[in-house]
Amino acid sequence: MSAIPVAANPAVGTESARAAGTIPGTLAQALLLSRYQLRDYLRARRFVLMMAIVGVLGAIITLVLAIYRTSDVVQGLTGSSDAFYGSFWGGGVYVVIIFAGIIFGGDAIAGEFQNKTGYFLMGLPIRRTSVYVGKFLAALAASVVAVLFFLAILVANGAYYLGANGFPLALLVSFGIALLYLLALLGSVFLFSSMFKNSLYAVLVVAVLFLFGFTIIEDLIVGLVKIEPWFIIDYARSVLAYPFTSPLPAHITTMTGPGGRTFTSYNPTYAEGLAIMAGYFVLTAVAGLFLFEREEFT
Amino acid sequence: MSPSLEARGLTRRFGTFTALDHLNLKVDGAKCVGFLGPNGAGKTTALKMFTDLIFPTEGEAFVNGVSVQQDRKRALAACGVLIETPEIYGSLTPREALEMVGRLRGMAPKEVRDRTDEVLAEVRMSEWTDQKVGRFSKGMKQRVNIASTLLSDPEVLLLDEPSTGLDPRGVSEVRDIIRGLKRGRRLVFFSSHLLSEVVDVCDEVALLNHGKLLFYDSLANVTSRFVGGATDVSVEFLGPVADDLVKGSIATMPGVQACTRQDPTHLTLTIAGGPPAKARVLEGLVGLRTGLVGFKESRSALEEVYLSQVTDGES
Repeated sequence: MSAIPVAANPAVGTESARAAGTIPGTLAQALLLSRYQLRDYLRARRFVLMMAIVGVLGAIITLVLAIYRTSDVVQGLTGSSDAFYGSFWGGGVYVVIIFAGIIFGGDAIAGEFQNKTGYFLMGLPIRRTSVYVGKFLAALAASVVAVLFFLAILVANGAYYLGANGFPLALLVSFGIALLYLLALLGSVFLFSSMFKNSLYAVLVVAVLFLFGFTIIEDLIVGLVKIEPWFIIDYARSVLAYPFTSPLPAHITTMTGPGGRTFTSYNPTYAEGLAIMAGYFVLTAVAGLFLFEREEFT
Repeated sequence: MSPSLEARGLTRRFGTFTALDHLNLKVDGAKCVGFLGPNGAGKTTALKMFTDLIFPTEGEAFVNGVSVQQDRKRALAACGVLIETPEIYGSLTPREALEMVGRLRGMAPKEVRDRTDEVLAEVRMSEWTDQKVGRFSKGMKQRVNIASTLLSDPEVLLLDEPSTGLDPRGVSEVRDIIRGLKRGRRLVFFSSHLLSEVVDVCDEVALLNHGKLLFYDSLANVTSRFVGGATDVSVEFLGPVADDLVKGSIATMPGVQACTRQDPTHLTLTIAGGPPAKARVLEGLVGLRTGLVGFKESRSALEEVYLSQVTDGES
C-alpha cells in the first residue's frame, strides 16, 4: 500500500490557521448538514413509511367521499370549501404532523448517541448548535414533504368536488398555521429526543404524549381543575381549522347540566393559539439545544 | 508553528470513580505518539476530552494552543479525529459521507472530490465509493471512517484504537497508513492495545494506568530506563545442545545477561545492548555451527516495560 502523499505538502504546518479561516459559519454548517441529513431521510425506510401513512389516510378520505357522496353528511362537506377543508385539512393535518414529528424527529438526537453517528460528526470542527439546527431543518423539510403530500391528496379531491373553489385562500393561511404547529411539535420532539440517549425511549415518549397523552391531560385539566389549558400544545391545534370557520367559536362556554352542575369548555382565540404554538417552538427548541450542548458521548 | 497537543490538569470523575486524574502532558512537533494503557486506564476518556465529546471535571485540553473546551471549532479545525467506531448515516455512500465532511470543513468542491478519490483508494474502498454505507461490514465502515479522518490532510491526528474491527490485513494496512502519515509534518497521537503496533510506528509512548500518566518519553529512553534495554530472545536449535556449550560459549557471549534452557533444543537469552548486541550474539551462534534454526524476540522491550509498570500500578 502506498502512503498518502503528505510529505509533499510543505504547507501542512500552517494548516490549522488556514483551516480555521475557511471553515463555514455556524448557520452555513447547519444548512450543509441538513442537506445530507435530508438526503439520508428521503432514502430511508422511514420516509417510505411516512408516505404510506399519508397515502392510507388520503385513500380512506377519497374512498369515503366517493362511496358516500350521495349522503347528506358528505354532500354537506363537499358543498363548500370551508366545510370540506375545515373538516379534512383542519381536522386531519395534525395527525400527519404528529406522525412526521415522531418518524423524523423522535430519534434525531437520541440516535446520534445510540447509533454512534454522533462520533462521526462531533469529531469535526462544528458547533453542537450546527448539528442540532441542521438535524432540525432536515426533519422539518422531510415533514413538510409529507404534509404537502397530504395537501395534494385533499386538493385533488377538492378540485373534483368543488371545481373552481377547490383551492381557497383560507387553505394557504391554514397551511401557514400548520407549519407553525409543525415547528412547535418538532421543537418538543427534539427536546424529548435530547433527554434520552436511547431512540426507543425517545420515540415512545413522544408518540404517547402527542398521540393521546396531551389530550388526556387537557381533558383532566378542563374537567377537574376547570382552568383554561393554555399551556398544552394540543389545545392550540383547533386553530388549524379557524381559517375555515365563521364565526369563530366562543372562547369560554359555560353550560348548566343536570343537577345544576356547570360545564365549561374552552377554545383558544386565534392569537392565543398562535402564541401557544410559537411559545412551544421557541421554549422547547432552546431547551433541547441547551440539553444537547451539555450531553456527553460517554 | 509545529502541531501540538496539551493536557493541563485534565481530570474526569464519574461519581466517585476517577477515570482520568490530573493528566499533564505536552506533545509537541511532528511525530507519532502511542497512548498505551490497559482497559479502563483512561485513554479513551482523555481522547474524548481532547475532542470535546465529554467534558473535564477539572483542567483543559489544547490543540495547537487553542482550548478545546473554550473553542472546539477552532481547536478541531486542524484535527482528524477517530474515536471508537463511528457510524455513518446508512443511506449515504462513502463519496457522499466524505463530501459532507469536506464541505463542513470548508474544503472546495473540487478539492473534496480529488481527496475523496485519494483517501478511498488509500483505504482500499475505491470499488465501494457509490454503495450505501448501511450495507457495509464493521471493518469496511471503519475504513471509511479512517478515510474521512484523512480527508482534509490534518496536521494533528487523534486516533482511538484505529484498528478496531479490522481483519488482520486491515490492521496491517492501517499500520502502513500511520507509518505513511509520519512522513508528513504532522502529529499522530493514537491509543492502542497492540504493543507491536506501537513499537512499529511510534517515536514516543505515553503510558496511562488507573487514570494516571506513568511516563511519557521516547521509545528508546523508555526501554533503556525501565529494562536497561535488555530483551529476551528465544533461540531454537535443530537438535539438543550440550550443557558445556551453553555454559561455556553461549552464556558468556558479550551482551548476554542471562541464559535459560527451556528444553534440550530451546534457550532463552536475555540480551542487553540493543540491536548491535543482538546481531553480535546471532553471529556468534551461527559461528558455533550447532544447527541454529530460530532466533526471535520472545517479548519486546516495550512489552517488558508495559507489564512491569502496569503490574506495579495495580499493586
